[in-house]
Amino acid sequence: MATFAVTNKPRGTQSLPPCGLAAFAAGMKAGLPIAIGYLPIAITFGLLAKSAGLPNVISALMSFAVYAGASQFIAVQLFSLGTLPWEIILTTFIINLRHLLMSAAISQRLPARLGKGLLAGLAFGITDETFSVAALQADETLPPAFLAGLNLIAFAAWNIGTWGGLFFATAVPPALQAGMGIALYAMFIGLLVPSCLSERPVLVVSLLAIAFHTGLRYLPWIPSLSTGWTIIIATMFAAALGAFLFPQEVQEDA
Amino acid sequence: MLELCLTILGMGIVTYVPRMLPLVILNEIKLPPRWHNFFRFIPYAALGALIFPGILTATGSIPSALAGFTAALLLAFRRVNVVMVVFGGIAAVLMWQLLVG
Repeated sequence: MATFAVTNKPRGTQSLPPCGLAAFAAGMKAGLPIAIGYLPIAITFGLLAKSAGLPNVISALMSFAVYAGASQFIAVQLFSLGTLPWEIILTTFIINLRHLLMSAAISQRLPARLGKGLLAGLAFGITDETFSVAALQADETLPPAFLAGLNLIAFAAWNIGTWGGLFFATAVPPALQAGMGIALYAMFIGLLVPSCLSERPVLVVSLLAIAFHTGLRYLPWIPSLSTGWTIIIATMFAAALGAFLFPQEVQEDA
Repeated sequence: MLELCLTILGMGIVTYVPRMLPLVILNEIKLPPRWHNFFRFIPYAALGALIFPGILTATGSIPSALAGFTAALLLAFRRVNVVMVVFGGIAAVLMWQLLVG
């Protein structure tokens, strides 16, 4: 099996094919763990939406046009509770607002001054998972075709899984569902830990983010916020503190 | 049905705009070093925040989630392929459920 442990190489190494079909294929390959993680979750989403009485075409449309895991599950719940449309839309906005940070970070990793249409197309595929895989590539500049391949396999898995849940699956065995629930978290760990081992600032920033996020969720004197906000706040504070504490380290190889 | 469609459309728009605007606007701008440095830490900070404490509730029971967490950490420390870390995490959760319940 191919290696994805690209983070073992120092930043700035050029290891991805520069363009075209080879870069696209490399992106699809790098997106494989995402597809493995997305399929069972999307099947579960399809099943859940069906059992909540949402029309199949609406659920399929949601995976196609919204394409954002957590907010889709919450939307199904809100639909079945009879929540007002604008409240569902506002909730979705807050949950997915964190992509602002990811989109901004990726903007600096693509070749400068790409066409607006291409950027707008690539932006549609930004999720926590595609962002993580893309951002942790060793290459300082990511070929747009790589991002396209990565985004496409993840998007395809999410939509195929949704259809599977809507039209084919009857039920996912609970034991298997629980096992699959860990998949994307394990992928995040597999991506993050090697970088933490090779660069101390990365370790410090990751631990800060974990500490901030845990504090925001569990400290009693902190007002309870939705996960959408706590992820944004913890990420921004940890990254800002990292930029303050380690002004040179990361710039040297920039 | 129309209301459902419009709601989905609204959800799609409010999800897409934060994904699209920074990429389209900032791609042509070379950010000052301090901002550049901030954005370079974003992936690691985001991963930390995404992993914890969310992972504790990923499987429906904290002990089985910790089993998966530990297995994934151990494998990742050995720098094995990400796909293997994913399968290792799943296997640990399934085994925990099979053996412990």
